[in-house]
Amino acid sequence: MALSRLSSRSTTLLQPLATTSLLRRRRHISTDTTPITVETSLPFTSHLISPPSRAVETSSQELLSFFRDMALMRRMEIAADSLYKAKLIRGFCHLYDGQEAVAIGMEAAITKRDAIITSYRDHCTFLGRGGGLFEAFSELMGRTTGCSKGKGGSMHFYKKDASFYGGHGIVGAQAPLGCGLAFAQKYSKEEAVTFTLYGDGAANQGQLFEALNIAALWDLPAVLVCENNHYGMGTAEWRSAKSPAYFKRGDYVPGLKVDGMDALAVKQACKFAKEHALKNGPIGSNHHAFAFVFEQILEMDTYRYHGHSMSDPGSTYRTRDEISGVRQVRDPIDRVRKLIISHDIATEKELKDMEKEVRKEVDAAVAQAKESPIPEPSELFSNIYVKGFGAESFGADRKELRATFP
Amino acid sequence: MDFEQSLRRTRSASVSARSYAAGSKEMTVRDALNSAIDEEMSADPKVFVMGEEVGQYQGAYKITKGLLEKYGPERVYDTPITEAGFTGIGVGAAYAGLKPVVEFMTFNFSMQAIDHIINSAAKSNYMSAGQINVPIVFRGPNGAAAGVGAQHSQCYAAWYASVPGLKVLAPYSAEDARGLLKAAIRDPDPVVFLENELLYGESFPISEEALDSSFCLPIGKAKIERQGKDVTIVTFSKMVGFALKAAEKLAEEGISAEVINLRSIRPLDRATINASVRKTSRLVTVEEGFPQHGVCAEICASVVEESFSYLDAPVERIAGADVPMPYAANLERLALPQVEDIVRAAKRACYRSK
Repeated sequence: MALSRLSSRSTTLLQPLATTSLLRRRRHISTDTTPITVETSLPFTSHLISPPSRAVETSSQELLSFFRDMALMRRMEIAADSLYKAKLIRGFCHLYDGQEAVAIGMEAAITKRDAIITSYRDHCTFLGRGGGLFEAFSELMGRTTGCSKGKGGSMHFYKKDASFYGGHGIVGAQAPLGCGLAFAQKYSKEEAVTFTLYGDGAANQGQLFEALNIAALWDLPAVLVCENNHYGMGTAEWRSAKSPAYFKRGDYVPGLKVDGMDALAVKQACKFAKEHALKNGPIGSNHHAFAFVFEQILEMDTYRYHGHSMSDPGSTYRTRDEISGVRQVRDPIDRVRKLIISHDIATEKELKDMEKEVRKEVDAAVAQAKESPIPEPSELFSNIYVKGFGAESFGADRKELRATFP
Repeated sequence: MDFEQSLRRTRSASVSARSYAAGSKEMTVRDALNSAIDEEMSADPKVFVMGEEVGQYQGAYKITKGLLEKYGPERVYDTPITEAGFTGIGVGAAYAGLKPVVEFMTFNFSMQAIDHIINSAAKSNYMSAGQINVPIVFRGPNGAAAGVGAQHSQCYAAWYASVPGLKVLAPYSAEDARGLLKAAIRDPDPVVFLENELLYGESFPISEEALDSSFCLPIGKAKIERQGKDVTIVTFSKMVGFALKAAEKLAEEGISAEVINLRSIRPLDRATINASVRKTSRLVTVEEGFPQHGVCAEICASVVEESFSYLDAPVERIAGADVPMPYAANLERLALPQVEDIVRAAKRACYRSK
């Protein structure tokens, strides 16, 4: 009984793509920035707001960069899978392959002054923010060259200089934290917004609604992005949410439902949400009921090919047909590949060559990370405090190993 | 022959067999916990299970495997990922007389629900002068696993055990797991049941008595795992295994260590601990959690208060390092007690050099 429900739900996940574009003209291979207009696969569904247009402005250069960056993310996650099975990565490892369009589309719409915060499924988000493959693989393998010096691990990647605030292990915790980042942006009059990413599992967390309420009340430039990959670990959305229309669950907060497998749709939605959040700026006190709400919820309809983590096969609660079906019909990289080919921006062979290059780049980063040193024992005691006041810390045997903070 | 009769027959057979051979049955901690929940659900229709992935997924760590199939969705509930909500709901159900077994996928996530554990469960019997007791069990893996980082590795024994109104149990062996969980589910008060992920797959010998469905261990009584006369090592959960290994190493050097498995953090069996220290005159306490204000600190205080004149050496504490759990394997090893740390501390207590 559960499986037949699964397959009827699967068909909604396998919406065929409409790869129509408004302009077809023979082009030479180029990194041309001349605008091309492409229509999103699906129209946006909206709540309390008029949706943006389906026609998205892009360029050859952007489409090629989407392709390459998503291929890099895809390859990185697949390499991480192998490293985990080889026991070079330990603990938890939550992979993002299938969801790349969300990270890529978002970056195309924002700047590094806009902040991003997300959950533990953070490797590709880190890359999107400008993080390096070598830092990523080093961190995953617990080496001192990692982005968190090997002390954080898979779930705790950060890049503060690019306004990426992690990497959080507790489901839903990033929701109030992200609204806090938006609070600081408004407080310091920064003309920037915060994108807080959370999943369909986290969407039911009370703290999300508490933060959403305050952000709306205080006019915070917060954009809440629900990466709905339809499964919270092993539990499908219809078994955990009475209303899985996550874009509507902000009630008085406007929302948009977006095809999260279409990088251009994601870009359009994020651009729209950022403009909305910054519109009019903070004009003094704006506390009337039903006043303009700066906040917005973007629900990205996306999919993860891997299970929840490397400990989860991902096939006990969904069928293999569903997974391969989404891969065949909605894969984000293949979508951009088809666009590039149909617009004569590059040939299939050229794109395959690009993928080969990407693979080499990833392999080189893995090899380099494998040779990197493990942290010094003294790192056990570093970065506990900024200001230690000369306090003492202890190892497992307090009479054998102790340290004094500066 | 029905199940009860067959059990009685095997039990009486093993009583006489015991004099000829040691119990040859083994059981993993996982199976011990699973069978305990199963038997208590079978015995009492008010007992139900609630938590993330406990039903259709068969349990994140397979502790609740098969229960949904056996008892149906009215006794086994898959919850959304909302600890504050479902824990509060569990406590409310317990107010009304049901007996929830609430699973936290790890106790790190219990922090989202800690207000309900402390303020809604632990204190209710007192605040209502006995009208509202809360027969609930909060269970799940506690403490460090392997490489899961700072937010997934904390030990909550000290936090929960400091609260009057709660009972806090920590099994080590399969027999502990079965006996203590069955006792916890039958207990009329809120019980925090701290398991250990790395122990789930470990096999232990188990007696016929422990396999019986009426088997139960007393709450508040520690177990002397190994008799000794030179130094007392007190610990709980996974560290019991480390302490036993340390005792083997110490025996090779002529030091006879007595290893006490607390089983119960609250109530704490101060009598057994103090009686042992009065015999050996030396104390080493071990825990995986943070050292400051830890379980070991309370044990040391109790011994210094009750048995001061019996001590021949300062009390020793081996605990997790005073740092958030690092991810890198070499740092993680430094952050957790190892067998050699326990050996070293015991030798120090015996005034023996390294």
